[in-house]
Amino acid sequence: MQFKPYAQGLAVAVSLAVLAGCSTTGGTQDGSMDGTSGMGAGTGSGAASSQGMDSGQGVSGSEMSDRNAIPEQRTIYFAFDRNNIRPEFEPILEAHAQYLKRHPNTQVVLEGHADERGTREYNLGLGERRAQAVKQYLSVEGVPSAQVEIVSYGEERPAVRGHNEASYAKNRRVVFDY
Amino acid sequence: MKRLNLWAAALLLMLGASMAHAELTIEITKGSDQAIPIAIVPMAGGEALPEKVSRIIGNDLERSGRFEPLPRESLISTPSSSEDVYYQDWQQLGSDYLVVGRVENQNGQYRIQYELLNVNGEDRMLGEVVTSSPEELRDSAHYISNQIFESITGIRGAFLTNIAYVRANGVGDNIKYTLNIADADGHNNQVILTSDEPILSPAWSPDGKKLAYVSFETGRSAIYVQNIATGQRVRLTSFEGINGAPAWSPDGRKLAMSLSKEGQPEIYVMDLASRDITRLTHSEAIDTEPDWAPNGDSLIFTSDRSGNPQIYRYNLSAEQAQRITFTGSYNSRGRFSPYGDTIFMVTRDEQGFHIARQNLETDRMTILTESNWDESPSVAPNGTMVIFATQEGNRGVLGLVSADGSASFRLPSPEGDVRSPAWSPFLN
Repeated sequence: MQFKPYAQGLAVAVSLAVLAGCSTTGGTQDGSMDGTSGMGAGTGSGAASSQGMDSGQGVSGSEMSDRNAIPEQRTIYFAFDRNNIRPEFEPILEAHAQYLKRHPNTQVVLEGHADERGTREYNLGLGERRAQAVKQYLSVEGVPSAQVEIVSYGEERPAVRGHNEASYAKNRRVVFDY
Repeated sequence: MKRLNLWAAALLLMLGASMAHAELTIEITKGSDQAIPIAIVPMAGGEALPEKVSRIIGNDLERSGRFEPLPRESLISTPSSSEDVYYQDWQQLGSDYLVVGRVENQNGQYRIQYELLNVNGEDRMLGEVVTSSPEELRDSAHYISNQIFESITGIRGAFLTNIAYVRANGVGDNIKYTLNIADADGHNNQVILTSDEPILSPAWSPDGKKLAYVSFETGRSAIYVQNIATGQRVRLTSFEGINGAPAWSPDGRKLAMSLSKEGQPEIYVMDLASRDITRLTHSEAIDTEPDWAPNGDSLIFTSDRSGNPQIYRYNLSAEQAQRITFTGSYNSRGRFSPYGDTIFMVTRDEQGFHIARQNLETDRMTILTESNWDESPSVAPNGTMVIFATQEGNRGVLGLVSADGSASFRLPSPEGDVRSPAWSPFLN
């Protein structure tokens, strides 16, 4: 609080620096732990923000129209503390499997999610288990594992809020992110 | 007393200033029956200060759970020095201890003179002069709280410490995540990282200078270590799968973590100098949430290898893990007390998730909190309090509970969901 007057005076001047500081900072896995080389060490590497999932794919016109063929239903749901595929979602997974097999250059990220109950890091594990179950299903359907990546968000990105089973059921999910 | 250099402070507070209104406050949920009555007389000359030193001291002592400051309106006189104290007055009031003092402004610096008096023994326990710049007033008040707390309880005070925590603002795809550092009483909030993607599990280095945390800013989880003063940071791991749950070794040379690069989340230890990684656990289960014993000889972690999450202890010399929690069907995120004889954890019963304590010698578990959405316990460096995340309505807030469960507090936030608290080590 005591720095507030400084902050106000510097607000415009440093706003760009702040943005830069947020996104550059510190570099890659080879970076120096102790940061003795100062702010400059961070520039030029490790710009971690906004690497879109689709970047580098070079989406052309025809591929764009193919993207419209991605199955519309991209979320499937799970029972409490379970990661088995419920029968009603099997047609959805099969549709995605067909699509991925027809488009061998297409990558999909399976986002695994958990409901809010329990501890955050453990829930990262639960979300991953669900995504792995979907990946396994796709693999059995003939989708090469190289096309499928898994990211677990645990309970960090709830679809809906609320402390009730209806909300939890919507949050225990795997999302296909093309 | 601030450890930030000016440039870094300007950078951080640029962000911090916009969040200043989002400071946490502290409310009492449950007071302890055994709280020690103490009278804190408003310091002479103190009410005109930019920070009310006597009030800060009273709040500090109250939220320690060990003290019950007398209401100001019940104070029968306002002595500013032990020479003016009539002990019988304070004995009749039922106050065990008395704090008196005065503040003088000397060329822009404050000279705080205070005394701690034992009312029943009618003697002076402490008398000290603290010189403080206007900016240091809050820290100076916390310092005095530390002195009073240690003098009476024999336990080192933890009022001059910080908390790190994560705040999420917004819903759906528009959530903004910030990593924050604040004084232990919620003041002086500073944002040290802002992201559109989740941030979780901040962990303080033992020297209090760095934070390790998990950030999804690249679209995947990765463990980062950030120097708090400079803002500089490095990405330590970005393996395929989960990169989670960083925990520093007591000597600060290693970081335990949970990685699923070989299939399931397992516990690994990284040597921070060489970046070499050693895998500790080999199970088909989720192994995560490691925490080092204070003497460094073992780690506890959560595993659901038995079918549901329980806490295990991995002995580093024996290279073996043993289950240590057997009460209840869900125990996770264990955290050692600084003495190593007790762990705090999340446990589930029919009502929900609570913070619990387990004595490692007797294996007896005691549930400390009555709320039902409690997680992420983090222990004060003096072992007297546990900060944790809980829910009020549909909002994430922080809670505090004394290590014996007798006193509890909430730290409501004016905005956003607040979670993943981490209590710093001693900083002074």
